[in-house]
Amino acid sequence: MTMDSITLLIQIFVSAAIINNFVLHYFVGICPFLGVSRRVDTAFGMGCAVTFVISIASLLSWTLTYYILRPGAPLPAWLWRVAGGAESVTVDLSVLSYIVYIFVIAASVQFVEMYVRRFSPKLYKSFGVFLPLITTNCAILFTCLEILKQLQDPMRLWGLAEALTLGLGGGAGFTLAITVMAGIREELELRDVPRPLRGAGITLIVAGILAMACMGFAGVDKSIETTVQYLLH
Amino acid sequence: MTLTGPTAGERFINGILPENPVYRQLLGMCPTLAVTGAMKPALTMVAATAFALVSANLITSLIRHLLKPHLRILVFTLTIATFVTIADRFLAAYLYSMSKVLGPYVPLIIVNCLIISRCEVCSSKQSLGIALADGVGMSLGFGLGLASIATVRELLGSGSWFGIPVLPAAWPDWGIMLLPPGAFLVLGLLLATIEWVGRVRGAKKRARETSA
Repeated sequence: MTMDSITLLIQIFVSAAIINNFVLHYFVGICPFLGVSRRVDTAFGMGCAVTFVISIASLLSWTLTYYILRPGAPLPAWLWRVAGGAESVTVDLSVLSYIVYIFVIAASVQFVEMYVRRFSPKLYKSFGVFLPLITTNCAILFTCLEILKQLQDPMRLWGLAEALTLGLGGGAGFTLAITVMAGIREELELRDVPRPLRGAGITLIVAGILAMACMGFAGVDKSIETTVQYLLH
Repeated sequence: MTLTGPTAGERFINGILPENPVYRQLLGMCPTLAVTGAMKPALTMVAATAFALVSANLITSLIRHLLKPHLRILVFTLTIATFVTIADRFLAAYLYSMSKVLGPYVPLIIVNCLIISRCEVCSSKQSLGIALADGVGMSLGFGLGLASIATVRELLGSGSWFGIPVLPAAWPDWGIMLLPPGAFLVLGLLLATIEWVGRVRGAKKRARETSA
């Protein structure tokens, strides 16, 4: 593994987790962010469950995209030639990607739920209840789409490591955002919030302030590059 | 049918204001916040969502007798994914620059909780006409919600509406309104305003009833 690829991995992680936080910058995963952020422990459980599923989904979707869905992927190209198609045609199945991704997400959530329930009842107790909700969590589909975008561009063909890092970073960012939000909301319970703002209103305003805080990290990814280069030389 | 739910007309009206998806149910928050920096992308998003919502409602209503309880969510999402793919290809073919602006948020319509919740709550249990009315009403309500947020953000953020300058040139553009924090702040304040108006009205109504 070269230095550049390590730098890229760190950049992807930090960018997904903090600078372009999935929740506060891309607005994906807002529903659980507003709905399951009343208490810190449930929020953290939800964050862990999402991180877990995102990582699995990013592994699966990278594999499927790389070998089957991206333009010029090996498997359909091979089938095309076996079927007697012309060599010059680039087979592109990316039109199917949305359906494949949503199927992969739904299936992996189902399997993760079954696995966790069977082999780790304790873990199931802590975040199993959130698992069915996660199918409709935009953050996971968003990760898959981001991986598709990187694989459609032949200049930046991502490997499995980059895809997994994006998943982990996004999950970490989601966990961070929802846990911080739950901490603030626990405090807000005791404060005298103007009546119409109670509930979703004040939560959204707090989220706005958190999003401003995230904007403050813009440019950190550039300095990571110089830092890593400095450390490795 | 012995079970008398709301009629088609009532469902249509319900979607627009009493159960507005954005302000009352807080559903489908990703596009609500992400594409409302200006009116044009917001309305394109509403059109794409409405297409997927109405089509998915119709299909689920047609196949409602075949649905197996444990597989229904999967069937809903796959149906929605098909229609979203159609909408996405259509946008890429005819409105290319707009589809670039909307980016990942078009495919993210698939996991828009609004559509899945309508399939689950209404169309998988109701006949075709009711499902259609419900879909159209909810789409209009969603459009109303997005348009109101986009109006505030575009006016304050760039002094224009639909790209046409409205406010005087001396207006200092509030850049923050176009950035992510602006979306959260505007939606939070609009929600509070609607809640406040509702409260004031409710109090007035109660006062009238007690005095009468």
